[in-house]
Amino acid sequence: MSVTERQQAVRIEGLTVAYRRRGQLLRVLDDVSFSIGAGEAYGLVGESGCGKTTVAMSLMRYLPDNAVVESGRVMFGDEDVLTASATTLSGWRGDRMAMVYQDPGTALNPSIKVGEQIAEVYRFHKGMNRSDALAAAVHMLETVQISAPDRVVRRYPHELSGGQQQRIMFAMALATDPDLLVLDEPTTGLDATVEAEVLDLVEQLRTQFDASILFVSHNLGIVSRMCERVGVLYAGRLIEEGPAIDLFREPRHPYTLALLRCMPRMGMRKDVDRLDPIPGSLPPIGVDIAGCVYADRCPIARDRCRAEPPPIEPIAPGHGARCFYHEEVPGIPVLTRPPDEAAAATADGVLLKVDDLVKAYGSAGNQVFAVAGVDIEVGRGEVLGLVGESGSGKTSLAKCIVGLLDPSGGAIEFDAADVTSHRRGREARRRLQMVFQNPDNALNPSHSVRTILRRSLQLLAGVRGKDRQDALMDDLARSVRLEPRHLDVRPSALSGGLKQRVAIARSFAGSPSLVLCDEPTSALDVSVQAAILNLLVDLQRREGVSYVFISHDLAVVRYVSDRIAVMYLGQIVDVGPADAVFEAPHHPYTEALLSAIPTLEPGGKARMKLHGTLPSPSDPPSGCRFHTRCPRFLGDVCVNEEPPWQSTTDGERYRCHIPPEELARLQAEAEPTAREPDPAP
Amino acid sequence: MSAVDEPSVAGEFPDGAAAQVDVRRLRRQRRAELFAALRTSKTFLVGMLILIFWVVSALGWRWLVRSPQAVDTAATLASPSADHWFGTDNLGRDVFARVIAGAAPVLTVAPLATLLGLAGGTTLGLVTGYYRGWIDDIFSRIVDALLAFPLIILSVLVLASLGRSPRNVILVIGIIFTPLIARTVRSAVLVEREREYVAAARLRGERGPRIMVAEILPNITAPILVEATIRLGYAIFAAATLAFLGLGIQDPSPDWGLAIANGRAYLQIAWWMVLFPAAALATLVVGVNLVADGLRRAIEE
Amino acid sequence: MGRYVLRRLGLTAITLVLTSFAVFAAAEVLPGDVGRTILGPYASQQQVDQVNHQLGADDPLVQRYVTWAGNFIRGDWGESPIQHVEVRPLVLDRLKNSLILGGFALILIVPFSVFLGVIAALNYGRTLDRVISIAGLSFVALPEFVVGVVVIVIFAVKLGWFPTSSQVPSANPVDIVRQCLLPSIPLMFVLFGYISRMARAGTIEALRSNYTRTAVLKGLPRRYIILRHVLRNSLLPTITVVSVQVGYLVGGLVVIETLFNYPGIGQLILNAATGHDLPTLEASVLMIALLYTAANFTADIVTALLNPRVRLAT
Repeated sequence: MSVTERQQAVRIEGLTVAYRRRGQLLRVLDDVSFSIGAGEAYGLVGESGCGKTTVAMSLMRYLPDNAVVESGRVMFGDEDVLTASATTLSGWRGDRMAMVYQDPGTALNPSIKVGEQIAEVYRFHKGMNRSDALAAAVHMLETVQISAPDRVVRRYPHELSGGQQQRIMFAMALATDPDLLVLDEPTTGLDATVEAEVLDLVEQLRTQFDASILFVSHNLGIVSRMCERVGVLYAGRLIEEGPAIDLFREPRHPYTLALLRCMPRMGMRKDVDRLDPIPGSLPPIGVDIAGCVYADRCPIARDRCRAEPPPIEPIAPGHGARCFYHEEVPGIPVLTRPPDEAAAATADGVLLKVDDLVKAYGSAGNQVFAVAGVDIEVGRGEVLGLVGESGSGKTSLAKCIVGLLDPSGGAIEFDAADVTSHRRGREARRRLQMVFQNPDNALNPSHSVRTILRRSLQLLAGVRGKDRQDALMDDLARSVRLEPRHLDVRPSALSGGLKQRVAIARSFAGSPSLVLCDEPTSALDVSVQAAILNLLVDLQRREGVSYVFISHDLAVVRYVSDRIAVMYLGQIVDVGPADAVFEAPHHPYTEALLSAIPTLEPGGKARMKLHGTLPSPSDPPSGCRFHTRCPRFLGDVCVNEEPPWQSTTDGERYRCHIPPEELARLQAEAEPTAREPDPAP
Repeated sequence: MSAVDEPSVAGEFPDGAAAQVDVRRLRRQRRAELFAALRTSKTFLVGMLILIFWVVSALGWRWLVRSPQAVDTAATLASPSADHWFGTDNLGRDVFARVIAGAAPVLTVAPLATLLGLAGGTTLGLVTGYYRGWIDDIFSRIVDALLAFPLIILSVLVLASLGRSPRNVILVIGIIFTPLIARTVRSAVLVEREREYVAAARLRGERGPRIMVAEILPNITAPILVEATIRLGYAIFAAATLAFLGLGIQDPSPDWGLAIANGRAYLQIAWWMVLFPAAALATLVVGVNLVADGLRRAIEE
Repeated sequence: MGRYVLRRLGLTAITLVLTSFAVFAAAEVLPGDVGRTILGPYASQQQVDQVNHQLGADDPLVQRYVTWAGNFIRGDWGESPIQHVEVRPLVLDRLKNSLILGGFALILIVPFSVFLGVIAALNYGRTLDRVISIAGLSFVALPEFVVGVVVIVIFAVKLGWFPTSSQVPSANPVDIVRQCLLPSIPLMFVLFGYISRMARAGTIEALRSNYTRTAVLKGLPRRYIILRHVLRNSLLPTITVVSVQVGYLVGGLVVIETLFNYPGIGQLILNAATGHDLPTLEASVLMIALLYTAANFTADIVTALLNPRVRLAT
């Protein structure tokens, strides 16, 4: 159904917003127009810095003090939100328009009980007295499916889990049955399984409430699942808009196409597929661009694109793209070639052997076991993917292996030498390195790139003398595709992708044998992620290095890994060849993780739900650690007995009381359609 | 500057030279922004003006005013006049000359004491913040215990035993400042040490002292600088108070605190003996605090 | 909560032991011979040694500390060798006098400073905020004796409204104001600077928080948001600041009591330190430390009671 056929709840017209910084106006939104129909969910996607949060906040008229609306209107019904009187506005907010944000932990007042925080909405917008309002709050908590709502209303926010906190936010937002609900990255920062639950909740609430929704997200998968129509923002401009199905199936702006192509999709493998990165990087905020904002990175850009800004070209009813040459977009060839050699990264011999590793924090009597008895092996030239939600102990395990933490028990053997203690010789340090999650943090901001790399060459490769170091440095920089001009800058002058290249170069300075990659791309934008993943894969193939690759993104892990290990509450619950782990039969927890992935394919299947919340590692459940949340819970045996390791025919091992044949049968029932790799768009 | 994330595979870097210039410009621009922020900060400018006035007085009083020790026996306790702008004291010394010259002792003692505290505090803060563990626990308890004493009482205790000299005042204030500055440095170090560049340095085998000095220290200069200016204000405050209590600088120094203490006896008949040194002291400490605040704001931005 | 109180109590006790030992050690290393001080310059060295021995002044430091601390707890604070009076009534009496003066200053200035700090935050960046901030910034830097002499010159010498030196007031409110107002002004200047700055910073932080954004976007009235959502969170840190100021206050009292010739504990400490009156010095400084730690302990507990995050933790 197109917008014109139904009533428009919100209409944004030519919105242009700038931020004042040191006397300069930096434009973040340029002539953005779109509308949301009554009861419609409109997704707004884009990378960080594209202006999507500014759009969301403009809708609520809650822009920072230094924001200047240069032109445009935000029509809510017949009135302009941007010029409405303060009284009108506070009458609308919380009543007819409501918002749910990222990071629910800080969005709730820490010193007021959550019930009262919900009740406030009823008291001020519905004129209820305290006790009626509280009763209504309890009722609303039932609607958002919180168990024991009459107890939860008396809790303070910090007593609730992230998922519960976000449910409270939804209860508060929907309490007055608003006309417009703005969701600003409502699941970002939550664990995959929690995210899936919250998204399920939103879908269910949409059947009970008929609010129009603006869903702001950087995650294309989520938006395609949740929204009917989608707008793509790039550098403050809406560059494409259309029905979600059309837009994702046949994007007509080069950026949308590139964005879809550069994401590793479920089922892609490094030895078959190569990711297609977007060249260049986002233009800096506020820079004045005469023509198309994407021209610098666009493979089909011509002189005209740099001279005049393209208008929205209509493609189909309700579908348009800001591109002069949108008809050529479907024919843009894939930029990168598939990998030349069919990778010969077959593991021969064990490089790293971790034996019953334990890492406990805290003092006796009050200990938290972050890692509770882990055995893993990594072969030479092998990539082991490590998957698990926050608090599963992945990072502690990695830090023990590289020697940043001292294990509390167990042994680590590296190339037949004992490296259990964090005190190790130069040789062990050289050969065991790490790439960190956040490149902003991992590079010393007061050193130049050259200093950072020189120090690593000196200490890891043992190269002395400035000339020799400089010679090697050029090779090192070239190997990660850094240009010489990047060497004499401080990290703050580099983009996120370039910083991560420096960090990778640093860890490769001493030709390591094993590199631990701790979420190396999760702080980067998707368009940059592909280039970094390609680089890591290239380096691994060329240098024959092994990786332990930690990520919460299963598609990424699947793409780079030969084998995958799944961690839950400090233990490995599932391990084996990548294909085997991702295919049934697998541990019920792996099953839950996989079913939590939002995909671009239309039409969902029944999602596997986990019960409750992640138990505290200081007091892990008895028997099988997963039994409190397991959807395939058997009964007393799971509560009382530690599950045995089970082996499947395809080389996977998992810890569960259910034998492989039985598990395969159960999981086949739940998932009638086998997972096929998504067709490339 | 345009950063290219997937450069051409051929490895040609045509625009290298242009980028070099860009980079240098960028760095200069950042420094220029800080100065611009300071230049537009009225707080900072007013504070700086006051501070410069007193620094000039402290350095050049010999050439600027008559001798602060010259005794005019004919005019003791003379009220302000064209000859003696600020009047004379009980010995017939010119109060104006003494006020201008009085900047010298305070601007010697306070900066030296601050430097001493800064050196000790930065070292202690780096060590306790970086190593944590039992050193840190002991340190925290000592600071708690120290804070239970009002600082003036601590100085009184120490100066009464060490003897009253400018050197001892510097020592006492510097030593008392050490744990206080260390606390600020420590909390900055605690934040930095959790950042991954420190882990990366450890991974490549850097030793503790080098990590503290070469990796962490350059990144915490801003809070240290702000702390130093704030402490300078306190040092002036403390040095003047000790002089007033008779525990610091002694006669015949033109020190302001001392002058006020001496003038107390003549309050009823010669208000100018106390009011002008008091005003001088007030402007100096307020000036230093304004500079500190302007600096803090500019850095935080 | 119970465990929290116990833990705080334990830490407070450790701090107190450390402090008392430091007080004792610092006082005892003061040069100057106790015996010599008592007997005067004309006594023979033998007589001096004998007196020292009788007083136990030649025992090892730790042994003397244990004896002293034991006596102190039992209430035997010794006798002043200079003033020849019992130390306990002397110190307690002077402490009471100082508490009157300090309490007077605190009661007047704390609500005022918090109020202005909050007002400044609510007017963030406007002229009113700048005026309050600059005033606070300047006042905090002014040494008490500087403000002290200025107010004396103006209000006592020129206008004659107040005495130039203050006595301990009677219970009469007029007398309390007459005796305490002038000496407490310099203290209030400094306190205003600290407290208003903290109240302002805390309120600005709370105003910028995500939960305040939530409250605004819920459409709640501004007054309600400030009173219910902002102030409760923003004023918590101010409680701690006020308690830390108790320590400052005593330091300020040393100066103020000297300037106004007021018989408080600050003046007592100064005279005892310069006159080598060790029992008096030790007892009074220890009382100050006790007062300070007690104030901090109370502040911690009050903060915990108001903060559900701490209160509900086991």
